Amino acid sequence: MIAFMQNLLGPAWPVVWTLIKIIAIVAPIMGAVAYLTLAERKVIGFMQVRIGPNRVGYFGLLQPIADGLKLLMKEIIIPSAANKTLFLLGPVLAIAPALAAWAVVPFDVDMILADIDAGLLYILAMTSVAVYGVIIAGWASNSKYAFLGSLRSAAQIVSYEIAMGFALVGVLMCAGSLNLGKIVVAQAGGFWQWYWLPLFPLFIVYFISAVAETNRAPFDVAEGESEIVAGFHVEYSGMAFAVFFLAEYANMILVCMLAAIMFLGGWQPLLDVAPFNMIPGFLWLIIKVAFLLFFFLWFRATFPRYRYDQIMRLGWKVFIPITLVWIIVVGGLMQTPLAYLFH
Amino acid sequence: MNFNDYVFYVLAAILLFAGLRVITSRNPVLAALHLVLAFFTAAGIWLLLEAEFLAIALVLVYVGAVMVLFLFVVMMLDINLDKLREGFWEALPIALPVGILMTLEMVMILGSKHFGVDRVAAPPPHPAGYSNTAELGRQLYTDYLLPFELASVVLLVAIVAAIALTLRDRKDSKFIDPAEQVKVKRADRIRMVSMPADVEIPAAAETEGKDKA
Repeated sequence: MIAFMQNLLGPAWPVVWTLIKIIAIVAPIMGAVAYLTLAERKVIGFMQVRIGPNRVGYFGLLQPIADGLKLLMKEIIIPSAANKTLFLLGPVLAIAPALAAWAVVPFDVDMILADIDAGLLYILAMTSVAVYGVIIAGWASNSKYAFLGSLRSAAQIVSYEIAMGFALVGVLMCAGSLNLGKIVVAQAGGFWQWYWLPLFPLFIVYFISAVAETNRAPFDVAEGESEIVAGFHVEYSGMAFAVFFLAEYANMILVCMLAAIMFLGGWQPLLDVAPFNMIPGFLWLIIKVAFLLFFFLWFRATFPRYRYDQIMRLGWKVFIPITLVWIIVVGGLMQTPLAYLFH
Repeated sequence: MNFNDYVFYVLAAILLFAGLRVITSRNPVLAALHLVLAFFTAAGIWLLLEAEFLAIALVLVYVGAVMVLFLFVVMMLDINLDKLREGFWEALPIALPVGILMTLEMVMILGSKHFGVDRVAAPPPHPAGYSNTAELGRQLYTDYLLPFELASVVLLVAIVAAIALTLRDRKDSKFIDPAEQVKVKRADRIRMVSMPADVEIPAAAETEGKDKA
């Protein structure tokens, strides 16, 4: 089949083959995003002793599709005082980096779109670009609430990016590589070999920063409904709003995927013995990602929203010092006989 | 022309366009956004030169952090560009020769005579396992250790100085310290008071409302 297509398309084949691979990555992400919204409503419903959506389809399983259709049909209203081009560019810039970052994610041994050496840096760069969608949307809407929301969100993302980056420095010190595939391979050997153990403080800092970075509860002041209505996307309607929504959930899945790769051994099985290592690698990865995503939903159902100055204090005065100290500790211990802990 | 050349020309065209829009745009926010586009495109050109670490660092540092803070400031300022350009025609007779002179000097230095493609040897092809990032790190921490450390000390001093210069405590502001606030425990704020419900016996009225906590 592949050989036939190769003959048919000739020199255009690599482009087509890459496009097919991109679709094979993006389409499941979109599906996962849709069903993550359903899972969120179901899980939070369960935690609040409600039923959650159960009208559309069996067990509410068609609810995300109904929501998507509804948003597609709605009119996109552009405020007359808005900057039209930037207003429409905002959602695109929000979702493009969230999807582009998946190019370097290793799903299994050799199951990766672009196996580049600086993969970790690439992901950090892409997630830092994502802030432009929010800033542009807030500014182009020409609305006070949207602008306040975008400023809050931008300051928050820039602050927590530093803690997140430092947490990942610890991982790259241990693995000795920026290549995500090599980082996973370095964690081979089961549960106790994964980096969450030697880098436990960094793992915690990374995960909480990831919650803040994606503007999720309890750090969702960017859209604080009770203070600034809905934040940066208050003027958006219909599909333009839905794209922001998709970007938020795609980012959630992405940061959980990264946490699974960096700290929970990526595609490595829980234990490298018979019943565990018969499950294919990418299934392990999905299990780990789902486990971490559950925490996101759990946090949302449990914690009240942080006040803005406390978020900033947590990022700058708690997380960044913790990561700096632990990086020095790791660097020091790697020169001692204890280095095997950080292999 | 092979594929890389096409990519280069497309990126170069976008870069030039973005650069032009940075200085011609009437709206400062649009100018800043075009600068972001220029950085991003320049990173693409660096990728073509196989400098992937520098390219990604450019996006990470300049696009992801510096320009975000820059946009922050620009968005909150209410800049009237017409007012800024008021003295344009008066300054032109002096500015134009200076500008032309600078351009000529740059052309003389950067012209193809010294920096042309034929002047620079083509980089040798790298072996399969070559990592640009690892090589850069090795160079920085061995051959260039002293300059690198000096640069970081200078940056650190600059950071401390910038904070020290701008950090002022206003005596009259009722500022709050979130670090103090989050330390508060329930016992600091709440006093449990036992209020017995059986108040019907008049003799017991004296003990009513007494703090039993």
